[in-house]
Amino acid sequence: MSHTTVLSVDDLTVTVGTRRGPVRAVAGVSWQVRPGETFALVGESGSGKSMTLLAATGLAPRAATVTGRVRLLDTELTALPDDRRRKVRGRHVGFVFQDPMTSLNPVLPVGRQVTEAAEEHLGLTRRAARDRAVELLELVGIPSAARRVDAYPHQFSGGMRQRVAIAMALACEPDLLIADEPTTALDVTTQAQIIELVADLQARLGTAVVWVTHDLGVVAGIADTVAVMYGGRIVEQGPVDAVFDAPTHPYTRALLAARPDPSRRGEDLVAIPGSPPSPLDLPPGCAFWPRCPVRADPRCEHELPPLTTVGDGHTVRTFYRGEAG
Amino acid sequence: MSADTPDVVAELDDLKVHFPTPAGTVRAVDGVSLAVRRGETLGLVGESGSGKSTAGLALLRLVDPTAGRVRVAGADVTLWSRRRLRATRRHVAMVFQDPQASLDPRRTVGDSIAEPLIVHRLAASTAARRARVAELLDLVGLRADTAGRYPHELSGGQRQRVGVARALAGEPDLIVLDEPIASLDLSVQAQIMNLLRHLQRDLGLTYLFIAHDLAAVEHMSDRIAVMYLGRIVETGPPERIYRHPAHPYTAALLSAVPVADPRVERERRRIVLTGDIPSPVDPPSGCRFRTRCPQARPACAETDPALAEVGPGHDAACLFPLDGERDGGVGEGATTRADAAGTA
Ligand SMILES: Nc1ncnc2c1ncn2[C@@H]1O[C@H](COP(=O)(O)OP(=O)(O)OP(=O)(O)O)[C@@H](O)[C@H]1O
Ligand SMILES: Nc1ncnc2c1ncn2[C@@H]1O[C@H](COP(=O)(O)OP(=O)(O)O)[C@@H](O)[C@H]1O
Ligand SMILES: [Mg+2]
Ligand SMILES: [Mg+2]
Repeated sequence: MSHTTVLSVDDLTVTVGTRRGPVRAVAGVSWQVRPGETFALVGESGSGKSMTLLAATGLAPRAATVTGRVRLLDTELTALPDDRRRKVRGRHVGFVFQDPMTSLNPVLPVGRQVTEAAEEHLGLTRRAARDRAVELLELVGIPSAARRVDAYPHQFSGGMRQRVAIAMALACEPDLLIADEPTTALDVTTQAQIIELVADLQARLGTAVVWVTHDLGVVAGIADTVAVMYGGRIVEQGPVDAVFDAPTHPYTRALLAARPDPSRRGEDLVAIPGSPPSPLDLPPGCAFWPRCPVRADPRCEHELPPLTTVGDGHTVRTFYRGEAG
Repeated sequence: MSADTPDVVAELDDLKVHFPTPAGTVRAVDGVSLAVRRGETLGLVGESGSGKSTAGLALLRLVDPTAGRVRVAGADVTLWSRRRLRATRRHVAMVFQDPQASLDPRRTVGDSIAEPLIVHRLAASTAARRARVAELLDLVGLRADTAGRYPHELSGGQRQRVGVARALAGEPDLIVLDEPIASLDLSVQAQIMNLLRHLQRDLGLTYLFIAHDLAAVEHMSDRIAVMYLGRIVETGPPERIYRHPAHPYTAALLSAVPVADPRVERERRRIVLTGDIPSPVDPPSGCRFRTRCPQARPACAETDPALAEVGPGHDAACLFPLDGERDGGVGEGATTRADAAGTA
């Protein structure tokens, strides 16, 4: 593959009209995924992770206004009319969601569903599609795939359903796999299976992956690059080692510090006071300011901190300059 | 409280809870013995469907036992009627995962917290009740004026604090915490864990802490019990369970937990269990874990192993317990990768 980026998102902003006025769900986020790379988007609920991905791929709800530019491979997605965008997306992007039933039809055999999109986009015959379905189900580790190709979703466990959803997302051999909290509803044991599966498929097929999660452990295990979202913005972004070794935004630091540490059992956890902000009333400055244990600068409260580079590919949006270490 | 077991608050004795369903009898809890000791936090972990919640509900007699006994504060309550249970002071209270679902949306927070006070006649007058509600709100770190608000006006963390206040209202000996932090935002989970520990210290509470998050369970618990398919397969202190797990299931479960350290993650080897937890309608013969166990041998299909001591205060139900060592806490084990023998 000759592209330097598979997906490139530039200054994406999403405003959603609600009964209580316009809500800015995502504000000026920029990021890229390179071929074969895993990009993790981490943040708490409502921080704008899903909306970022939906808007980037042209799937934002009707009530949303999206600005900014998104390029998928050679195509400027944001410049395309809806039907063309749908085609390009269908051909190059696969989606996996938290609840596999979002993508699965309960009354259709899984085999038919897995290749439904491929029939359309790759022009497969019914017969070829069935063979391909068995192949894909085998690829994602469904035991006795040839027999289970005619089974219905309810005949599979949650973890197996998620495998089927992944098979479906891979049917068109996408350049990009977007997985929105694909393991959040699963047991850790099943989560480990899905993580291994995706890593293995990625190594074999060279697919780029965007993985949304709120679990810092999952990020550490899968990501090459990570972006931390808070209040609709990316507050810190960089290579996974840099962000975990030298977290710079007070929010990233606080999140990492709040995790239980077995060597400090019996001590209080370093909790973050308060709760994540509602996008209906975001503060004018740094969205983390009301809960921030640092409040490094008088400007934090009223002024949006600029994006600053603190290392190779490592950027943060904070006035805080940190202490050494 | 019986004289021979002075420190046990509540106890399940070879308990079975079976549910008849169209697909057959679900053996949700299938021979569990568990004693919760006064003042401790007993952590209960295991995969989804292993029977944790059902065991917790049995302690409150919110499900009917099929066999075995339930003892609370020394009394055998196995066969008590709903009426008798209601009329007696609640020795056991429960906090649920989803505070939204466990609070009545049409009642104010104050009314929800006051309900146990009314049912158990724990406040002599309206004024006394109001004062007690304010006191309970203060205990869980909420302002007194929260009493007049409705659940939907609160954040998830605040709602969970209300759930805890309501559980405290009946002055229970034991609180069953069923996934109390699972629905909360990451940044709020630590607040609730701290709150629970402070309340325990200040009020001398006893907890059964049910959770998926093994790091949280390690942090909170004095003792851990690991469930698999309706059985307890291992119990012991956290240092033993997390560093020297004796049951291959515990080892696999721990090795699956991701740690927030990219270097550790790159180095580690997971014991990836193949297949899913078998159906509780038709559990495997012999050891229930054998169909997914990387160490299973022919004998495992023949013998159903009982819990047996493998170390001080440490029991495991395995014919061939592990004696290896994992270094570090959750997820830090450098266990070898092995594929399980087969799937159910
Ligand atoms: N009322 C019921 N009727 C039929 N089956 C039930 C009932 N309650 C629980 N079960 C079944 O019993 C088994 C144990 O369920 P339980 O809710 O105790 O598991 P759990 O360990 O709490 O799981 P989770 O981690 O998902 O909460 C499951 O197979 C479940 O489907
Ligand atoms: N369909 C929608 N209509 C209106 N607002 C929405 C919609 N989907 C999400 N939002 C709002 O956008 C913000 C970001 O949500 P989301 O991207 O779903 O967060 P995350 O995925 O990080 O949990 C939230 O405030 C949410 O309420
Ligand atoms: Mg989301
Ligand atoms: Mg449960």
